[in-house]
Amino acid sequence: MSKLAPPRRRRWPYRLRLLRRNPLVTLGAVIVLLYSLAALAAPLLAPHPPLTQYLEERLEPPSAQFPLGLDQLGRDIFSRLLFGARLSLMIGLVVVVIAGVLGTVVGMAAGFAGGRVDHALMRVTDIFFAFPSLILAMAIAAALGPSLTNAMIAIAMVTWPVYARLSRAQTLVLVRREFLEAARAVGAGDLRILTRHVLPNALSPLVVQASFNMGDAILIAAGLSFIGFGAHPPTPEWGVMVSEGRDYITTQWWVPTFPGLAILMAVTGFNLLGDGIRDMLDPRLRRAG
Amino acid sequence: MGLVLLGVSVLTFFIAHVVPADPVLAALGEHAREDQIRSYRHAYGLDRPVGVQYLIYVHRLLAGDFGISIRTRRPVAEDLGEFLPATVELGGTAWLVALLLGIPAGILSAIYKDRIFDHLARIGSLIGASMPVFWLGLLLLGSFYYRLRWLPGPGRLDISAIPPPPRTGLLLIDSALAGDGVVFWSALRHLVLPGLTLGLFSTAVIARMTRSAMLEVLYQDYIRTARAKGLAGARVVLRHALRNAMIPTLTIVGISFGNLLSGAVLTETVFAWPGLGRYATTSAISLDFPAVMGVTIVAAVIYTTINLVIDLLYARLDPRVRYE
Repeated sequence: MSKLAPPRRRRWPYRLRLLRRNPLVTLGAVIVLLYSLAALAAPLLAPHPPLTQYLEERLEPPSAQFPLGLDQLGRDIFSRLLFGARLSLMIGLVVVVIAGVLGTVVGMAAGFAGGRVDHALMRVTDIFFAFPSLILAMAIAAALGPSLTNAMIAIAMVTWPVYARLSRAQTLVLVRREFLEAARAVGAGDLRILTRHVLPNALSPLVVQASFNMGDAILIAAGLSFIGFGAHPPTPEWGVMVSEGRDYITTQWWVPTFPGLAILMAVTGFNLLGDGIRDMLDPRLRRAG
Repeated sequence: MGLVLLGVSVLTFFIAHVVPADPVLAALGEHAREDQIRSYRHAYGLDRPVGVQYLIYVHRLLAGDFGISIRTRRPVAEDLGEFLPATVELGGTAWLVALLLGIPAGILSAIYKDRIFDHLARIGSLIGASMPVFWLGLLLLGSFYYRLRWLPGPGRLDISAIPPPPRTGLLLIDSALAGDGVVFWSALRHLVLPGLTLGLFSTAVIARMTRSAMLEVLYQDYIRTARAKGLAGARVVLRHALRNAMIPTLTIVGISFGNLLSGAVLTETVFAWPGLGRYATTSAISLDFPAVMGVTIVAAVIYTTINLVIDLLYARLDPRVRYE
């Protein structure tokens, strides 16, 4: 059995060395870590409650008491950004889970079954690829009714096909490998083969995609909220905050600028991390990177 | 492509007719009487079986009939015709920005790999690909219009400008045809900020792809041969390497068009640009599904067609690819 098993991947310390050699990837990992911490510890870290209005000090510039200034209703922007990190990371995670599971199941089923099933399932993904993502997400969100939950469903609906294509391609390669033949020979059923043998070996590109998908989901969610199809005021969601603060861009620049910067940095972090994981898993790409 | 478009019609029908809680209430308001609701449902065929509704829907679509907009009370096709040119002009500008900045940046980045230009270009494209479009638009508008006054603000023309007689609906072309230099200049200046805003994401993605495609090619033997023959550096890069590097880049150029259509929704909102994107958002907020689906279908058709054209272009660039 051991002779037929796929070659073991290199151990982590080697990969961690790669991480150190590429400072941008480290930066991405640090950003993601900081955002995760901010999201988890928002109630502890925030100097003020996110919805409390200090009306007398409204639109005050950044100060020691209010590190990033106050918005048009006198709410502390820094505290709102911290709570916004909770929302955005949650949106990203929910989308990644729904889209990832749906796409992977469809893709593995297509690649494993082959023939007509494969053809039919792949045509379905083609249909979803025919739409510009934000436009389809907006149509779905509008049909379901504008809310944060529906925005997450809509974003998952437009991003799952990528997982389907990736996992199908992986499955197609893997089903021809000898170790699967061996597993079948010892009596493993289809489901066992798929979950125990195909999935673990197909996981790497899916993990990379998940990181990019986090960034994408955060970006699309902020866009949907900006045009009114996601979170609603007074929710401390970053897209809503930019939208609410847009009239103050010249007079009180900090009101719309910091929430936008929060989005930009979060998405950059996940994109860097995705790049980094891909490079670590595929040494060939490191050269072209 | 036919099959994909059929699927597009099924999906949009499903979203517009099966998913929504109640389009009737949205159209008539919450205080509609029972008989009003019934006659509305009958007038729009909503009391028919879903299968029949779908067939009627496709039959109308094929005739270019997208239904009547609930909000504007005009045929959606007419509305789309009115708002499409603004989006074409904006999207075209953004695409031009993306190609003219992205491809050269990618080439130079590959040639000067790991030098200062490469680092700057890579950081730039990383930020560009992570940028919330609506926020970038807001920042540019705030700096170059409100603060510096270098460029005009929202809209397609200065308020004082008299629009040229509409022929194509594209202001640049219409004003040029009318020989109206003032309007042409105004339209051009109005395109700069939204064009850059919308184009940045695609610029970043295209630059990145061009760079890695060029790097794949530049280290191959035939390039070394070409250099050894004594061909000038620029000639080797542009004639020998670029042609092969363009093949993967072209795929990204096609895909980035979808990003442009998506980004147009946000860019048009920020710049009060009277195009399809803004039409779609205002329609969607008032649950005007015929209008939203009209935009969605047109966007899908445009996107699919562009990618078909790109597939055909492969054959011109790569002699190994042949279509029957």
